[in-house]
Amino acid sequence: MLDSMVSTSFRKRTIMKLVKSWQLYVLILPGLLYLCIFHYGPMIGLQIAFRNYTPSLGIFGSPWVGMKHFRYFLQSPQFTVLIYNTVSISVLFLIFSFPMPIILALMLNESYSVWFKKLIQNLTYIPHFVSVTVLVGMVISFTSPSIGIINKIVELCGGKPIDFMGKAQWFRPLYILSGIWQTTGWGSIIYLAALSGIDTQLHEAAEIDGANRLQRIWHINVPGILPTAIILFILTCGRVMNVGFEKVFLMQNALNLSTSEVISTYIYKTGLLGAQFSYTSAIGLFNSLINCFLLLIVNAVSRHISETSLF
Amino acid sequence: MKSSHSEFVNMSWMDKVFQSIVYGGLLFAGILVLYPLIFVISASISDPVSVNSGKVLLWPVGIQLDGYKLIFKSPWILVGYRNSLYYTVFGTFLNVTITFMAAYSLSRKDFFGRKSITIFMVFTMWFSGGLIPTFLVVRSLNLIDTPFVLIIMNAIIMFNTIICRTFIQNSIPKELQEAAHVDGCSDFGILFKIVMPLSAPILAVLALYYALGHWNNYFNALIYLSKREYQPLQIFIREVLVQNQQIDLDDMLDFETAFQRAQISQVMKYSLIVVASLPMLIIYPFVQKYFVKGVMIGAIKG
Repeated sequence: MLDSMVSTSFRKRTIMKLVKSWQLYVLILPGLLYLCIFHYGPMIGLQIAFRNYTPSLGIFGSPWVGMKHFRYFLQSPQFTVLIYNTVSISVLFLIFSFPMPIILALMLNESYSVWFKKLIQNLTYIPHFVSVTVLVGMVISFTSPSIGIINKIVELCGGKPIDFMGKAQWFRPLYILSGIWQTTGWGSIIYLAALSGIDTQLHEAAEIDGANRLQRIWHINVPGILPTAIILFILTCGRVMNVGFEKVFLMQNALNLSTSEVISTYIYKTGLLGAQFSYTSAIGLFNSLINCFLLLIVNAVSRHISETSLF
Repeated sequence: MKSSHSEFVNMSWMDKVFQSIVYGGLLFAGILVLYPLIFVISASISDPVSVNSGKVLLWPVGIQLDGYKLIFKSPWILVGYRNSLYYTVFGTFLNVTITFMAAYSLSRKDFFGRKSITIFMVFTMWFSGGLIPTFLVVRSLNLIDTPFVLIIMNAIIMFNTIICRTFIQNSIPKELQEAAHVDGCSDFGILFKIVMPLSAPILAVLALYYALGHWNNYFNALIYLSKREYQPLQIFIREVLVQNQQIDLDDMLDFETAFQRAQISQVMKYSLIVVASLPMLIIYPFVQKYFVKGVMIGAIKG
């Protein structure tokens, strides 16, 4: 008796709350609808990874095949190549590009001249606005063996022109260097914000104690931006398997395929162009799961070691 | 930290060396970023023979504007330019509207179900159905090969929504909204009459982030569009710069020989890079501070 009264009044209160803020629901509806259709819709569609999708039968009518596509992918000769290429591009890019914005921000922070600092900041942000097609177009033009500026410089120094885009071993360095060029300046903003939040009293106290500038940077500034760096590092680890399709695909050609074929480009070519929908959906799901798994692991490790974590 | 300039004189020998390394390093970084950009602009206005033989290293040699003239003779580049403008303007309008409305609801502490709805929405940042299932959804909605698909894709990006929500929570006084509520103002009224006029900076941030995304995006066009007349500029740039296709021109009479045409193709590529990046580079100095502001707000609550 009492129970049912409580539950009805609870239900009434809930309905009252819903009715009272109906306008807020209307405001959030378009965004929710978009996410439901274009993000949760595909998640429901992911079940074709466990089916043999045929367009005439539709997603829900195609026969179940269990783990067949996953087994097939794990046993296929592409498996090790794709995983190796994806992980190595990603990890090498992470290793080389991650410290760059930190170094730039620490140096900018040491500049006494305000106008010089502003100038360098505004210059280094520009590449962020260049589209990936233009960036890759520039890389191809600059590295061209016949007319590229880099090979002209190589020739001036007495070397022989190198066909950078046509050699598989040059794919990763070009990818990483152009990436550093594009992202370093923009990435430094967040560290500069963290540096400006450091208490100046710390520096004054350290100066009185006789610490020189390098010591102050190492013992005050670096620990000051460490939490920011760790959070960004965890976030990046959660995307290790998502090497940006856009840039890799543009830089890819028949000659460098042995190092440039990654999971996302393989899914595009085999899945979309080759119409193997179920098989490549399985690869995509496999990929997403590894990403989530990596994010959770790095997050847990970081929570133990540094007490900084996402959740 | 900020010492006065005259202190340089009093600095120790070690500090002077240190300071020189800092300035040298920064200058090096600046030159590394700037050099390719200056080179592209110089090469685009230089004489083709000088560019191809490597005589142009920094400054233009034998100034001429043939590359630009040729680009604007190509009908497809102009079609791409028009399409990209169209997608950017309409797409950004849709993005900002949807994002701002959703962010406002999420910013209200008294919004029933706020926590679960936030989690429901943020989850899409970490897990996605992937390329093929998304393609199947778009296809089942008959959006393939319609210009509408480039406007609606990425209609709301959760990262931007969270930035916007954080801004509304931190910068717009709650008392103001509560007072309006007491005076009988509806939630719609509060949003449009009180919150929106105070949100100009974040609206600028959102508009710029989304506009840059639309202007530079080629992925969605690659996946969902095959009709040439709907393609955005980035697709045509890819054809010319990456796939090394010749730009189709209306009249071929300008060239006496194929050799001459081959000579100028590189200059044309550099001109195209400049033309494609021009809109962003023109507005860059005016909007740069808003972009930075967005990163700062995002940093508060990653």
